[in-house]
Amino acid sequence: MSWFDAANERIAREVLARYPKPKSAVIPLLHLAQEQEGWVTPDAMTEIAELTGTTAAEVLGTASFYEMFKFHPVGKYVVNVCTNVSCQLLGGEELLDHVESTLGVRAGGTTDDGLFTVEDVECVAACTEAPCFTVNYRYFHRADVDILNEVVADIRAGRSPLERGAAGDGGELPEHGTLGRVRQHVTADRLAGVVAPEQVDGPPSWMPTSATATEGAS
Amino acid sequence: MDADLRDGDGGGIVTGTYVPHAAGYVDNGGPKVVTSRFGHEDSFTLERSLATGGYEGLRTALAMAPDDVHGQIREATLLGRGGAGFPAGVKWGFCPEGVWPRYLVVNGDESEPGTYKDRLLMERDPHQLIEGCLIACYALGLTQCFLYVRGEMALAQERVAAALNEAYAAGYVGREVLETQFSVDITLHWGAGAYIVGEETALIESLEGNRGMPRLKPPYFPAAIGLYGQPTIVNNVETLANVPWIMANGAAAYRQMGSEASPGTRMFAISGHVVRPGVYEVEQGITTFRDLFYGEEYCQGIRDGHELKMFIPGGGSAPWFFAEHLDLPLEAREVGAAGSMLGSGAIIVMDETTDAVKACHRMVRFFARESCGKCSPCREGTSWEEKILARILNGHGRPSDIDLLLDVGDNISPGPYPVASHADEGLEAVPFPPRQTTICPLGPSSVAPITSTIRRFRHEFEARITRGDGIPVAAAVPAGEAGS
Repeated sequence: MSWFDAANERIAREVLARYPKPKSAVIPLLHLAQEQEGWVTPDAMTEIAELTGTTAAEVLGTASFYEMFKFHPVGKYVVNVCTNVSCQLLGGEELLDHVESTLGVRAGGTTDDGLFTVEDVECVAACTEAPCFTVNYRYFHRADVDILNEVVADIRAGRSPLERGAAGDGGELPEHGTLGRVRQHVTADRLAGVVAPEQVDGPPSWMPTSATATEGAS
Repeated sequence: MDADLRDGDGGGIVTGTYVPHAAGYVDNGGPKVVTSRFGHEDSFTLERSLATGGYEGLRTALAMAPDDVHGQIREATLLGRGGAGFPAGVKWGFCPEGVWPRYLVVNGDESEPGTYKDRLLMERDPHQLIEGCLIACYALGLTQCFLYVRGEMALAQERVAAALNEAYAAGYVGREVLETQFSVDITLHWGAGAYIVGEETALIESLEGNRGMPRLKPPYFPAAIGLYGQPTIVNNVETLANVPWIMANGAAAYRQMGSEASPGTRMFAISGHVVRPGVYEVEQGITTFRDLFYGEEYCQGIRDGHELKMFIPGGGSAPWFFAEHLDLPLEAREVGAAGSMLGSGAIIVMDETTDAVKACHRMVRFFARESCGKCSPCREGTSWEEKILARILNGHGRPSDIDLLLDVGDNISPGPYPVASHADEGLEAVPFPPRQTTICPLGPSSVAPITSTIRRFRHEFEARITRGDGIPVAAAVPAGEAGS
């Protein structure tokens, strides 16, 4: 029986079908596991190893290299405060101090109610909008103590804080583990067809094999 | 070429304006290649893309022989926008003859400190990027493209996924694109938090499901041996975003912008102590740092009447510049000769209130945290550098620490390290790039903040060490006297 629930099992199969070699799906499947459980459990890694033809040790070897994968439960909302230079110059460290004292945990810690985990992170590509923080990887630009307090209040009250965030993002804020709320999905009739590299022995049909010109668009 | 695309802001602007829905982006009224749709709130939809010339470059390309499409990109001298600045058309030509299949991997793992452009391009105009990928795949005979988006960019992943779904359904991606023989799959892949994955061979390792550690070189280009051991072209998001414009308007039109050596435009993110930090699309080669920092249409000067102390011209890996370098043009070769690099178009401006030791420590801490651990000089060296800087910062520095820092740096990057000129001291620039005892440039990059700041502000380090700023109160009481 699969570790993934029925819906995620289907997604996992679809993800696997998009890669010429199954091991390439390890990282996407780790994200899927984290989406289902909020963190990456040992059982999930065993399942991913089976799906990708690797071992649980190899999956852990890959997973443990990447910061976003958590191997123990974390808060439903992971608050990442950037303290790299662009943000540091405009108060990123003071913002982190405020987050820590407001939530009562140091960076790396999780609040007792399991709602928030705080992290001191590297540059998140919002440098002109410093200082900034993210909650479950959703951006809050030009942040200050007030914005942070409002976001925390929203989450505690069960409201989405995204309208306060970076322009263009809105709607519900998913719990930790879910990244994109939209998935790539290709219907079978539109797929060009993924093949293993060893099954390819020549150029694709539109490439001229000699001096013959290719056909143009209609 | 960019008229009517600035609707909503009054038009005819010379001072530029923030575009509210594209956070940080400033429309400076200049020519637009990659940000032409940013003025539209729905710029990420297929409908808006098609209404504003989207996929016209693809149609033009499909009407040409693949080699001729490649020729246009070569002729345009499209320089890579990821950091190294290598011409994309030349890189595309490195695939060995007769070896199939070949792959395209798009590097959207933007994580260089100070860099904010690829995220905007993916969030605001994913179809432009997809179109660029399609044109590259058509030109080079690629049937499989992987679009690697940084893991932390949730909205960018959503926008790219949604755009791919639309483009597949509408016949722009997938089987028999626009009813031609051209068939290609584009797969959205996403990372999980590791700066090193921005290095192209590490990116390929990550895409194969492994730890993102750079591969031993040679071969220097994955075009020889890349994904699954096959020829692989790795291009940055911004690089590919330029491709549709070039196909739709021609290489000659592209070359009319920017300078001879660096044609076209580039996105620059200017952060830090300027009045109007932002992301600007700027003509390369002819605009100077001074224009960018002080121009009314750009950053409008250093904040609140403060003075410029120093700036990082090309992301966290770049050696730092100072006021005497303001008149350099935004041109890769000139910046390189002056001892730094344009890198990823990330400029961090610091005024006189900035503590050089603190800023240096924070940047070095980044490299210490992000070192993948494969090469000893970097794994050990970056963490040594960070610890030495931390103790100087915390008031526990020793007089020998400054030379020790330089010595540790010399083990990662031997010989004279690239550094800017220092006119007052009569010191000349050491040109870029640094030498390295490591597989990739991450370790050597950690030396940049150190040599840059020690050469200029040695007195700040010395003051920290002799004054012992920041010694904790508890440590000031000798143990033997406690309680006496």
